[in-house]
Amino acid sequence: MMSAELFSVFYQFADVFAFLILSAAGLAIVFGMMGVINMAHGEFIMCGAYVTVGLVKLGVPLAIAQGLAAVTAGLIGVAVEYLIVRRLYKRPLDSLLATWGLSLIVTQSMLLIVGSSITGIGTPEGSFAIGGYTFSTYRLVLFACAVAVLIGLYVIFMKTRFGVMARATMQNAAMAKALGARTGRIYAISFGIGAGLAGLCGALYAPTMTLIPTMGATFVVESFVTVVVGGANVLLGTAPAAVFLAMIRMALNASYGQIIGQIGMLFAVILIIRVLPEGLSSVLVRRGR
Amino acid sequence: MFKLLDGPQTLGRGRTFWSCFLAVLAAALIYPVFADSYDVGNFSYFLIWVFMALGLCLIWGYGGMLSFGQTFFFGISGYAYGVLAINMGGGSTTIAALVLSVIIAMIAAGILGYFMIWGGISGIFFGIVTLSATLVLAFFLGQTAGPEWHIGTARLNGFNGMKGMDPLTVGDFYIEGSALYYVMVALIVIVYIALRMLVNSRIGNVIVATRENPQRAEMLGYDVRKYQLLTFIIGSGLAGLSGALYTSWGQFITPSSIGLPAAAMPIVWVAFSGRSDLTATLVGSFLLLFGFQTITVYSQQAALVLMGTLLLATVMLAPQGFVLGVGKLVVDRWTRRRRRDANSTLADAGRLQSDEA
Repeated sequence: MMSAELFSVFYQFADVFAFLILSAAGLAIVFGMMGVINMAHGEFIMCGAYVTVGLVKLGVPLAIAQGLAAVTAGLIGVAVEYLIVRRLYKRPLDSLLATWGLSLIVTQSMLLIVGSSITGIGTPEGSFAIGGYTFSTYRLVLFACAVAVLIGLYVIFMKTRFGVMARATMQNAAMAKALGARTGRIYAISFGIGAGLAGLCGALYAPTMTLIPTMGATFVVESFVTVVVGGANVLLGTAPAAVFLAMIRMALNASYGQIIGQIGMLFAVILIIRVLPEGLSSVLVRRGR
Repeated sequence: MFKLLDGPQTLGRGRTFWSCFLAVLAAALIYPVFADSYDVGNFSYFLIWVFMALGLCLIWGYGGMLSFGQTFFFGISGYAYGVLAINMGGGSTTIAALVLSVIIAMIAAGILGYFMIWGGISGIFFGIVTLSATLVLAFFLGQTAGPEWHIGTARLNGFNGMKGMDPLTVGDFYIEGSALYYVMVALIVIVYIALRMLVNSRIGNVIVATRENPQRAEMLGYDVRKYQLLTFIIGSGLAGLSGALYTSWGQFITPSSIGLPAAAMPIVWVAFSGRSDLTATLVGSFLLLFGFQTITVYSQQAALVLMGTLLLATVMLAPQGFVLGVGKLVVDRWTRRRRRDANSTLADAGRLQSDEA
């Protein structure tokens, strides 16, 4: 019985953690690499969700549809980087405004074209029971995906040639460029990865929620606060920030419900920025040196 | 004191500018005589939002803090007005409710601003923390539909919004229609003049110095955090004024005037107009509100797509703002023609450049 309780706590933690990581990873990468906050992040999530549902309705298996949705969002991301964000790297605040303008255009155009909501697809995988509790298997799949995303990012940024170039660009773009790194292309790829991860987030959560063009807004608060607490480093910032916030959120959700959980998380973030304005990663990175 | 009206931080000065100002004001004052009451009501509706835009202009353009939280304070004050007006029993107490709700918004701004400014966050993070707070408030109010969500006798009513509060009232006289319109015009003139004086005063100079280079301002002996907090509180208080007036105008308020896409609107107005000048913001915001309202009648989505496009176009083509750019061009031409006889174009160019700083 005790283990069932423990598992229940872990399950709730895993649920919030996965949500935070999946919604924030893409935003964090773009911020970490280029110092740009992509305000259209929620719209890339929406794009991933819509492509997934569209493909599933055409008869494509769910997992493949989700993969294709992430790739689609990533490609659109590369295009957005090329057309808009690239021109604004010297003015990060303006890139915030430009992407927000884009976000408005995309959501409202979607409302005009597709209408307010489309019928979703049910949550797959069914459920299982431990002790007296029933759990949804798909929620655990989401947790596994979140962990896989973190591992994948670790491999890409720490173990590949692209990762070395990317980290060099992050530390000192001018020097990296002088040493032959094609920083423009690295930025484009990073933005693509960020958008792709946003698309993946939308694709993974598509079966669990109602699809509306404004659905991005349900993700952005979580992704913003995770990035604010985490700081510029995805692995040393976003991941621990997600662990920390997930614990606060889980405790409050369990006793007071979702909305108090969200408010509590926001208050925690406002308190944290008072102490650690650079985010957790500044502390952890300094320790590491 | 009136020396402060014309100063280095505001564009538009001298007899020509103030004659135009008075002409526009006179036109605004006689407008209700010629228009029908429906149009006057609509006009008041545009004017409600101007305070929020001027507040953002102060915070962002002069203070250099990109606040996405104008609708947060708009919402706090709007709901506060509703709660207070209902609980205090309407009538003349609505005036007190208006004042109190603006003060509540300013207190909220003081608390949020303290944590952000003393924490030392700036730039992008300032924007996304304020936006997060805004969205969370909107989500929170959206789920208060049940009867357990009430303050005194005021039901919050979730997405359907709060209603049933009295509009601004003096004695038995509801301030509505053209009376409300004149109150709005008077308030806008007062706020505009007061802000001009503020930014041209010593405090204003410190605020602008902080925007230009916080470290340098600090080295010169100013506690820049206090000035930033003051700017943030005043600007957010103006958003609160908009909120309370809005609730009073329509006798209802819903969470949708807080969350997305409402939160983006002040940014669009101010960015498009030219954030670094109060007059440009005043003119530009009014034009945009007018245009937006005209299109919204046919399709709200189309109007919002246009707003998004304008924001994107402003950033890509005229980062300083379209209205400000056009205004400068006109003034430039005008002064050049007048000065051509004196042959002092060089000195003039130098003067204009220093204005842009």
